[in-house]
Amino acid sequence: MDLSSIDLVTLVAALMVASTPILLAAIGELVVEKSGVLNLGVEGMMITGAITGFMGAVATGSPVFGFLFAALSGAGMAFLFGFLTQYLLSNQVATGLALTLFGLGLSSMLGQGYQGVRPPSTPRLDIPVLSDIPVLGQMFFSHDLMVYLSLVLIVLVWALLKFTRAGLILRAVGESHDAAHALGFKVVRIRMLAIMFGGACAGLGGAYLSLVRVPQWADGMTAGAGWIALAIVVFASWKPVWILVGAYLFGGMTVLQLKLQVANIPVPVEYLSMAPFVITILVMVVVSALRGPGFVGAPAALTKVFHASN
Amino acid sequence: MIRLEKRPQPSKLWIALTPVLAVIATMIAGGILFAMLGKPPVEAIRTIFWDPLFSEQFAAYSRPQLLIKAGPLILIAIGLSLGFRAGIWNIGAEGQYIMGAIFGAAVGLAFYPMEAFYIFPLMVIAGAFGGWLWAMIPALLRTKFNTNEILVSLLLVYVAEFLLQSMALGALRNPDNSGFPGSRNLSQYASASNPELFTGTGIHWGVLTAFIAVIGAYILLSRHILGFQIRLTGQSERAARFASVNPKRLVIFCLGISGLLAGLAGMFEVSGPSGQISIDFNAGYGFTAIIVAFLGRLNPVGILLAGILMALTYVGGELAQIMLGLPAAAIQIFQGMLLFFLLALDVLSNFRIRFRKGGIA
Amino acid sequence: MPVLQLLSGKSLLPRVKTCPGGTNWQKVLTGQSQISVVCGWLAVWSLKEIQNPQGDGTVTATSLLSVKGLTKAYPGVVANDQVGFEIAPGEVHALLGENGAGKSTLVKMIYGLVRPDSGSMVMNGAPFEPGTPSAARGDGVAMVFQHFSLFDALNVAENVALGMDQPPKMRELSRRIREVSENYGLPLDPDRMVGDLSAGERQRVEIIRCLLQDPKLLIMDEPTSVLTPQEVAILFETLNKLSEEGTAILYISHKLEEIRTICDSATILRLGKVVGQCNPREESARSMAEMMVGQELLIPTRTPGEPGEVLLELNDLSVPADNQFGTSLRNISLTVRAGEILGIGGVAGNGQDELVLALSGEVRTELNDIIFKGIPVGTLPPNPRRALGLLTAPEERLGHAAAPDMSLTENALLTAAIRQGLARNGFLNWPKIRKYASEVIETFDVRTPGPENAARSLSGGNLQKFVIGREVLQDPDLLVVNQPTWGVDASAAASIRQALMDLAAKGAAVICISQDLDELMEISDRFAALNEGRLTPPRPARGLSVEDIGLMMGGAHDMEAAHV
Repeated sequence: MDLSSIDLVTLVAALMVASTPILLAAIGELVVEKSGVLNLGVEGMMITGAITGFMGAVATGSPVFGFLFAALSGAGMAFLFGFLTQYLLSNQVATGLALTLFGLGLSSMLGQGYQGVRPPSTPRLDIPVLSDIPVLGQMFFSHDLMVYLSLVLIVLVWALLKFTRAGLILRAVGESHDAAHALGFKVVRIRMLAIMFGGACAGLGGAYLSLVRVPQWADGMTAGAGWIALAIVVFASWKPVWILVGAYLFGGMTVLQLKLQVANIPVPVEYLSMAPFVITILVMVVVSALRGPGFVGAPAALTKVFHASN
Repeated sequence: MIRLEKRPQPSKLWIALTPVLAVIATMIAGGILFAMLGKPPVEAIRTIFWDPLFSEQFAAYSRPQLLIKAGPLILIAIGLSLGFRAGIWNIGAEGQYIMGAIFGAAVGLAFYPMEAFYIFPLMVIAGAFGGWLWAMIPALLRTKFNTNEILVSLLLVYVAEFLLQSMALGALRNPDNSGFPGSRNLSQYASASNPELFTGTGIHWGVLTAFIAVIGAYILLSRHILGFQIRLTGQSERAARFASVNPKRLVIFCLGISGLLAGLAGMFEVSGPSGQISIDFNAGYGFTAIIVAFLGRLNPVGILLAGILMALTYVGGELAQIMLGLPAAAIQIFQGMLLFFLLALDVLSNFRIRFRKGGIA
Repeated sequence: MPVLQLLSGKSLLPRVKTCPGGTNWQKVLTGQSQISVVCGWLAVWSLKEIQNPQGDGTVTATSLLSVKGLTKAYPGVVANDQVGFEIAPGEVHALLGENGAGKSTLVKMIYGLVRPDSGSMVMNGAPFEPGTPSAARGDGVAMVFQHFSLFDALNVAENVALGMDQPPKMRELSRRIREVSENYGLPLDPDRMVGDLSAGERQRVEIIRCLLQDPKLLIMDEPTSVLTPQEVAILFETLNKLSEEGTAILYISHKLEEIRTICDSATILRLGKVVGQCNPREESARSMAEMMVGQELLIPTRTPGEPGEVLLELNDLSVPADNQFGTSLRNISLTVRAGEILGIGGVAGNGQDELVLALSGEVRTELNDIIFKGIPVGTLPPNPRRALGLLTAPEERLGHAAAPDMSLTENALLTAAIRQGLARNGFLNWPKIRKYASEVIETFDVRTPGPENAARSLSGGNLQKFVIGREVLQDPDLLVVNQPTWGVDASAAASIRQALMDLAAKGAAVICISQDLDELMEISDRFAALNEGRLTPPRPARGLSVEDIGLMMGGAHDMEAAHV
């Protein structure tokens, strides 16, 4: 056993990288849920983004295009979900599951022949001056573009929901689609946009896994990250800032667990690997227990089917 | 433009018709997909849906496979359907399936190499208990702390998978197999094996149990007050409370029964067709069963048919892999599409489609 | 009239303002604030005294909005058939009709929510064809909804902003909300969560939202159904003021006395057609009612019997609210005897639902809080209570009293399994269940092709008859009903009331919770009122004056109203 290999600087830097995919997927899903829709297909959209991003980056040689493809294909998958749930009024839980099953199959088929391929590397973007600060610079200011983008996204979503009219309308639609409809808002259109934004974010998250975090393509490589993202939205009580806390907490656990594996502590690898999942469950339990039964935190219209009757 | 208009009551005709239409639509879309992959579409569809049953060359091998694959799918889907009807979403059947297998196998291996008539029944009980126990985690967390059962049951699948790896590499590893992962082969241990009961049919104890589950669920849903309460809760939880249903007890019952059946499925699989605990023992039956449950309209008889159909896509898919080089993932997509089409066409059961000129509503 | 001017809502607001909101509503019973309560009540009930400032009944030569030949058909029903009427600036125009007469469809077309199939509208001399609510708002139409278009988890200012097309900055908006709401005597705190507001305050949010856009035409859909008499008086003050300022008001209601109080003219709808236009002040309530209903009404008759032994005792019943927007029941004590009908009045959201849930067993209480036939039942679930003879019919028909997609047969099983012996060892006897459903359908004249039809395929009135009938035919010892005739047409309502009275005549007790005071006065032996989860001591209904009722119902809401 050798714990000395774990130093804080690389741990924090690795944590930010490890958290980014979940952070992206979770902030997207938060917007979707704020509009009153539960999309359980995050895992499917992520893995689709992971392979299409990978393919795009390999084909063009540019990770930027890879991420772009990933966002588009995630949004495309989300469109499928949105079309079924919003226009054909299908059950959101079942449709989300279908999306995940479909995405896993689709990615696996698209990914044939990409196993073992190395993607073009995503350049590190050292922030001038800040990255030169000893210790802190390496921890926080010496990452790739997507890490910063994910943080910017959190701030943007937070500001959108809190300060803008668009955000207000989004929250209103998620609270009561009937009231929003009575006021003349296009409920379905607003929800479709939110769903597709969520899909794009999940796609980006998936691509970050295959292009930066791993970086390689493997079947089913998201390995539950989409579900963790969904859990983090619940943990965060639908508040953007808490998404950041939740995602970094989970990222931290994952990184620490990996480091402990490397450090050869006398716990079987399997138990270390399952730890992040067990801890996520425990955190969800603690959060829900603290809230008590009368807690109203979720958007009131979540999973309810909207059909304008006249 | 097209408008949807709610029917005064769900159409019985369309409820029965949509799965058939969904299968046809999937065949068409699947054919297009196969064509895009450069495979002959008609031949591929025929290989998947026809050859396993009727081809002289393959049917003898494929037909028994059909029930072997359908058995666990039906068993798990029956359990899931009860919960789905009540709005209780156990999507972690895969994990419960794994736990049933681990528990069942562990009991069997504990007796090795003793031969006794009671070993297999004990394994059955242990398998059911393992699945039930795993499902009780989300059930109790939901009833005690109001924790979302969808996410907990799903996250527990990953925990179960790691547990399975640990078992295959550690506690249950075959000590006589010089360090290779995987347990002893239970199908070669008479007292613990789940053999084919009628030669050439593929029927083993698990398949029989699946048939019994279908009958049991049918009686429960149509003739018993508990089944009525399950259906009522799914429609309206308030109405169910008013009818004296205790929602917490129902959560525990539904998750418990689905976990129990998934556990049984895992146990019958590990002692029969699969034979041993191995790293990749689970084959996704727990997830495919979700499709089976919906395709069967959450109706026991429907699930029986859907389970056989889905087994056909597995068996036929394997055949298409060998014969046409169709990628394995194509079958997974195929199954996903089937669920998509079903959910999309479902709108016809509750809504009428009206065509109208102009105008925004 | 000057007396009323003096006493009516607004002039008293400064005095009421000194009372802190919330708990000590008893203060209203003493001192000067009492006058406001009494007179608020009078404002509704002694109608002929009050006149609209412009209430000479004349219609100004130039109309603001003119509707001609408006037709809208839905599959199987023509909601509006060649409807036409005119409204002038400053006019208060009533749209009168029963549920389903087509009032809502008509205003939805004016507000741009529904497109008419044919017909035309002219606003200020120009063709008016709003395709969306925001287009209608652009032309000066504003609407206060019957079922509120509000968002519980957002605050007042956010809710107001959502209804405006170009809302100002939040801080500016909050300032204007305070300003306008004070101006019109409808004080509101822009920072409060809407979910925490009373029904009356919620309506204010809607009204303020409309007023901030300076509407030329204000549509109000059943505005008084959620208000205390005091709040009604305040609302009418506001409407009068608006009318004086030249705003036309389209006032939808089926309450005749109300319409006679504040409306200058009325258009009466029946089954989608205009069946009459009149000056409500010149018509009797009865003549308008007959136009509206189109038939003679069966007036229920009641001869109260001697009350029998005590059936139900509530001992200091308290139940905490189950969520942050709910009402807690506080220290309710009550006895109900066999053979009597106890009417419980009160404005919606004062604990009616919670009381029914506690009585039915859907919410458990302390064991001894509820004693039925001498047996403590506070911790029993619904079915054991049914076995003892305590039956309930909740307010919400679809989704609570009945499962929407289930057949009437299955819905009969929902509550009748125990008392009618419809299951043995949990196994269901479907022929027997079907027979019971058919019996309910037949006895209570439920219009449906048969018991295999889904609950949601029935009209509101028919489903309500089924729900009440399902309980009545089980021969209860005590039946608790909540809003038994809400949204039900007049003839069905009359037959439901008659069934309740017949039940009492046979020696059962009935607790009838309702917001319809006419109904309660018609059938109750004793009357009590719920207010913020507390129940007043019941008093004999006979001889109870409207002032008494106002005092029992009123209180805390008025103070909250003025408590900014």
